[in-house]
Amino acid sequence: MTRSDRQPLLRLEGISKRFGATQALRGVDFELRAGEVHALMGENGAGKSTLMKILAGNVHRDAGRILIDSEEVEIASPADAVRHGIAVIHQELNTVPAMTVAENLALGREPRTRYGALDRRAMVEAARHKLARIGARIDPRRELGGLSVGMQQLVEIARAVGENARILVLDEPTAALSRGEAQQLYRIIGEMRAAGVALVYISHRMEEVWQLADRVTVFRDGGYVGTRDKGEIDSSDVVRMMVGRTLDDLYAHPVRRPGPVVLDVAGLTGRTGVGPVDLRVRSGEVVCLAGLIGAGRTEVARMIFGADPAATGTVTVDGRPVRPGSPARAIAAGLAMVPESRKEQALFPEHSVEDNISVSSLGDHVTAGVLRRGRIRAAVRAQMRRLRLRQSAEHLPARALSGGNQQKAVLARWLARDARVLILDEPTRGVDIGAKKEIYDVVNELAADGRAVLVVSSDLPEAIGISDRILVMRAGRIVGELASVSATEEAVMAHATGTASQAIGGVTR
Amino acid sequence: MTHQTLTPAEGKLSSADHPPAPRSFDLAYWWERVGILVVLVALVALMAVIAPNFATVDNLLNIARSISINAILAAGITFVILTAGIDLSVGSILAVSGVAAVLAALAGAPTPVAVLAGVLAGGVAGLLNGILTAYLSLAAFIVTLGTMTFLRGLAYTMTDGQPIVSNTLNFRDIGNGYVTGVPVPVVVMAVVYLVAWFVLERTRYGRHVYAVGGNAEAARLAGINVRRVTMSVYAVAGACAGLAGVIFAARVVSAQPTAGTGYELDAIAAAVLGGTSLMGGRGRILGTLIGSIILGVLTTGLILMNVPFFTQLLIKGVVIILAVAIDSLKNRPLRRRTRIADPAPAEAG
Repeated sequence: MTRSDRQPLLRLEGISKRFGATQALRGVDFELRAGEVHALMGENGAGKSTLMKILAGNVHRDAGRILIDSEEVEIASPADAVRHGIAVIHQELNTVPAMTVAENLALGREPRTRYGALDRRAMVEAARHKLARIGARIDPRRELGGLSVGMQQLVEIARAVGENARILVLDEPTAALSRGEAQQLYRIIGEMRAAGVALVYISHRMEEVWQLADRVTVFRDGGYVGTRDKGEIDSSDVVRMMVGRTLDDLYAHPVRRPGPVVLDVAGLTGRTGVGPVDLRVRSGEVVCLAGLIGAGRTEVARMIFGADPAATGTVTVDGRPVRPGSPARAIAAGLAMVPESRKEQALFPEHSVEDNISVSSLGDHVTAGVLRRGRIRAAVRAQMRRLRLRQSAEHLPARALSGGNQQKAVLARWLARDARVLILDEPTRGVDIGAKKEIYDVVNELAADGRAVLVVSSDLPEAIGISDRILVMRAGRIVGELASVSATEEAVMAHATGTASQAIGGVTR
Repeated sequence: MTHQTLTPAEGKLSSADHPPAPRSFDLAYWWERVGILVVLVALVALMAVIAPNFATVDNLLNIARSISINAILAAGITFVILTAGIDLSVGSILAVSGVAAVLAALAGAPTPVAVLAGVLAGGVAGLLNGILTAYLSLAAFIVTLGTMTFLRGLAYTMTDGQPIVSNTLNFRDIGNGYVTGVPVPVVVMAVVYLVAWFVLERTRYGRHVYAVGGNAEAARLAGINVRRVTMSVYAVAGACAGLAGVIFAARVVSAQPTAGTGYELDAIAAAVLGGTSLMGGRGRILGTLIGSIILGVLTTGLILMNVPFFTQLLIKGVVIILAVAIDSLKNRPLRRRTRIADPAPAEAG
């Protein structure tokens, strides 16, 4: 299966873990060699993060063995993990923005002078050393909060790597990075690999994995599917391993016959260098905004919806201009947006599912200023049935739902409003495949019902699969337009990265 | 999450998504709804047994009258706390409003106009808090700390630092009169709570107040004018404080620049005691009423038992902390269930 020309540095054998009713890991194996980048892939809930938490000492396994240098070790706490040279960078940053870089790097182990005072000079020196080890050029005396997210992440890596990490786990490290920052991270990963560090790289972004990884291991539903050398396979093999089937029928939708233009965006520019952007979405059409992280897709979506102010440009719905800059006005004009970040921007976590769904359509159920609670409940239930959310969930706080069901609740909020235009920003991020399919079904229904749907997606197969047209953004502008029936992931990527030519397909704008 | 496979029929909420069906008796569920009422009933029962003359109609009406001012303040402040805000200025607003109402009456305004002047003064002061908080994005704690001091100064300035006593005050019945045997302040309090309950539970605006406190950004993206809602709750708190100020002035038949000093903390205590979360988005107006009553019953009962004033403070402090501790404990079972409910570690994509 794999070449055995090198002894594995780390071996995980038969690791199992159960949380309540869910078997998160079922006897999985994983092996890591010094000086390799090993991508760990799988759908959400496949068990990747659980395995890494076990490795980091944050979660204790139910069964299985951990071997480092062929010797069985026990990792019962994060301190054990550090002692064995294991460092894990989680998705969310774990640093103190108000402190300097050096202070963050020394957190909890601040050097002291003979008299017990803080030894600032030693602290800065140690910080320089740590930063140099990962090749990051950052002044340790700067305040951390003043750095870009990417830089902060490098500090986090420098801290985790410390002086002696041999195993570094990166969990979706580029999710919040700009392209330039991501490139810098890739370079540092390359240097660390050359220095003999073993890296586990968790990412959903196929292009990234293809660029970085030496080997790929795939999990599915808490089980081990397989490990392959990069040279043996292509991305569709990995998808097949991840999903256990081909994706064709996941995205299957009837042929759509788009009608007149519903959403018309012209000359839209943001205050952060996005645009000018022109785009149209027709009745019954699904258009996808594709591109790399930082290309400006979310910014465009948010400006159309009025969530962020636009500098110039017009948005019209059914020929009527929408006064910009206010989600409330956009909603009144028939727009709706499912934002990128569910927890921060869409959910009321402590409020009931019913309240979460009804919040935007209360105005439809008012008689003489009084809410008609029976009608609200009936409307909410209708949407819950449509999205196959169980009725008994209506009184639960939204936080008690899984990511997929939370997303369905947010979607139900807009279905209840009968919006003309739906903007879905990464609608299936963090959503399991069952809920994904249901979200796609809703998108299809909406289109069949004559709505205009604009989807922002970083998931290329999804972007191509569910849409009629793909608009590719790069550096704040729409640089290419492709018909989804003939689009390929390569063609989209070529536009997104700026290497497109007519030969690849699509129109370069 | 992991347990879902791709068969179209299987999209329904999976069993791991939520706690098992409520058992025959779910303590956390019931505590959330009636727990604080149980505390009140127990307290009243205890007082009836150990405090002499507690359980008499006269005494109970007296208690009701004595809590009415704090209860009205607390009703307004509940709106603010529900949006995750805070208002420290209601005690000072109470003073300014009382002064305004008395001055208006002395200037010859008929009763309704004098009362309105007091309520309006409170509303305007609250609106000032609201504008500074919502539109200049200043921290509510600091804004209302500032207006607390400023308005206290204003109350002193308006009265030259001296109480203005007017034995012929035309709206004195609002503090001292009775409607079919019930003190007027108690009637006013009941009306305030009925209106507040109705607004919060049965109007769109009320649900928006909860939404803003539950997640302000989500509320904005759901189409709610978050700034307007935020501004308005301070105006509501100010108007309530204005009404309380009128009652206070009527009760003491004078304009007192020192009126209401420290009342804001009792009002906040009542709201929190009643289960309103300082984090916003959670709480019930009737809980606040019960919280006010508990504080009032406790105070009166302790007085009837001749407990020294210093000791009363000790006991009240302990009760407030205990109540909040219970409130936090009652959430535990739910939290535990949630963990079981959402076991697969979050893997954002």
